[in-house]
Amino acid sequence: MKLDIVVCVKTNPDLQMIRIKNREPVLEAIPFRVGDLDKNAVEAAIQLRDAAGDGKVVVLAVAESNRKVRETVKEVLAMGADEAVLVVDPALEATDQAGVARALAAAIQKIGSCDLVLFGEGSTDNYTGQVGSRVAELLALPQISYARKITAGGAGVLVERSMDESIETLEAPLPAAVTVVSEINEPRIPSLMNIMKAGKKPVEEWGLADLGLEAGTVAPVRTILSNLAEEQDRKHIMFEGSAADQASAFVNALIKEGVLGR
Amino acid sequence: MADILVYSEKMDAALELASKAKEFAGALGLGLSAAILGVDGTGAADAGRLGEVGADRVFTVFDPALDGLAVDVTAEALAQVAREAGATVVLVASTRRGKELAPRLAQKLGAGCVTDVNSLVLDGATLVAGRYAFGGNTVAMETVDTGVKVFAVMPKTFEMGPAVAGAGLVVSPALALQPSTVKLVERRQKDGDAVNLEDAERIVGIGRGLGKREDVDLGRQLAAALGAELACTKGLSDFGWLAEDRVVGLSGAKTKPDLYLSVGISGQIQHTVGISSSKLIAAINTDKDAPIFQLADYGVVGDLYEVVPALIEKLNSI
Repeated sequence: MKLDIVVCVKTNPDLQMIRIKNREPVLEAIPFRVGDLDKNAVEAAIQLRDAAGDGKVVVLAVAESNRKVRETVKEVLAMGADEAVLVVDPALEATDQAGVARALAAAIQKIGSCDLVLFGEGSTDNYTGQVGSRVAELLALPQISYARKITAGGAGVLVERSMDESIETLEAPLPAAVTVVSEINEPRIPSLMNIMKAGKKPVEEWGLADLGLEAGTVAPVRTILSNLAEEQDRKHIMFEGSAADQASAFVNALIKEGVLGR
Repeated sequence: MADILVYSEKMDAALELASKAKEFAGALGLGLSAAILGVDGTGAADAGRLGEVGADRVFTVFDPALDGLAVDVTAEALAQVAREAGATVVLVASTRRGKELAPRLAQKLGAGCVTDVNSLVLDGATLVAGRYAFGGNTVAMETVDTGVKVFAVMPKTFEMGPAVAGAGLVVSPALALQPSTVKLVERRQKDGDAVNLEDAERIVGIGRGLGKREDVDLGRQLAAALGAELACTKGLSDFGWLAEDRVVGLSGAKTKPDLYLSVGISGQIQHTVGISSSKLIAAINTDKDAPIFQLADYGVVGDLYEVVPALIEKLNSI
């Protein structure tokens, strides 16, 4: 069986490194990484390709606002993806989920051979979960979100997915769009050898014009009025002494607060 | 007349949305419509409840194509209802199903969309939606600029209102729906004891400061002594030590208890985003520089294996 898979990935600022200053996130000098769930999607794609025995994994990234996509995408090529396609265009600087989806959908059509489009369920930074659904609609693809297990066979995929209160098993014909959750797998850590080899894998770079898209088609349809850290007013009382002293002082504080002993 | 349209596959969430949307509709001079989608008429009885909290019209669509509520067909059905209702604002509940649905619906309607909305307010005639961004580090306030706007609102963001109105007008439009090519093979309930952390008054949260699986019991004993629910970080659930429905944080429950006692949790933002609405936060951690202490009202720097047993003993003595 031959399985050609496109995995859509996003590069995000490394959230562990973000500092907050005057309620604003400080993004200078923060490294960029491919999203956590996107790596799960890449891992799933590699496993599906290998199980099928034939086909290729193309990693597709839209370079919205200078996200160092050329460097970061090497990480997933090193994991085992075969090629990368980057959509880079100044018009993408201010875009949003709707614009990214439009660019991804056009790029997937241009890539041509694609049995399966995989996404992380949401991006590591903003987690809107919009892009998978929007791309599926744009390409009129059957869609399954929150996959925790994917098996390809015959002309379709069998997907087990995790919903709020239930586990569903769904069947979809190919081509299809599937988003994955973290429990689907443990993304492999590429070896040094594979990291070096990744530099030689083909990386194609397209602008919006190559996709037949005008800049206006990726203009944002939502406005972010503000994006600030929440203010927290906490007491910061620390208890000292032995474990018994600390426990006792803590319980007394809870009684005084009215949390205990009501 | 233009309308606000509300929908959720979970009736309680739909009623919450309708209750609040009634207020928006009044302020904006819009009507309020609600949708019920299903295969047979099972949900028809809920039309009256949606009317009671304020829906002027309740669109009921019962069609075999909606079996399993495949997202493509559900989005198509709701898009057709939205057009029929003349909806300019669509509110769906941001359950997993709703969060999958909202962007597909928005794409069909040429609409902008905000998901995981945890606050929605009117600023003049503009709806402003709040949601966590940057992995929970910030709250983004967003507006949607298209003619039709779609918001996926977290369940329990709004309270269900009292039954104030009469029954809404029930409309059963004839829609043209094609069945999805996605077929539901099996649906089974998740294992676990169905804990509801969102409503818990006291929570003990445990993290990777616990050395081994058996030590989860220590957390359990502390929770019992406090009359609290036991919760955990995603990391602990990934180990399989506690069920997924006990995870608090960005990928789990957003809690608002009177007391959140964190034990052996360093306080990564992905976790603390789920506890920041607690009235009181207390923390036990060996590392005095752990970020959790910046969020804490009460802090104990110490070995949890000494402090927790002492705390259990003290709690059981009062």
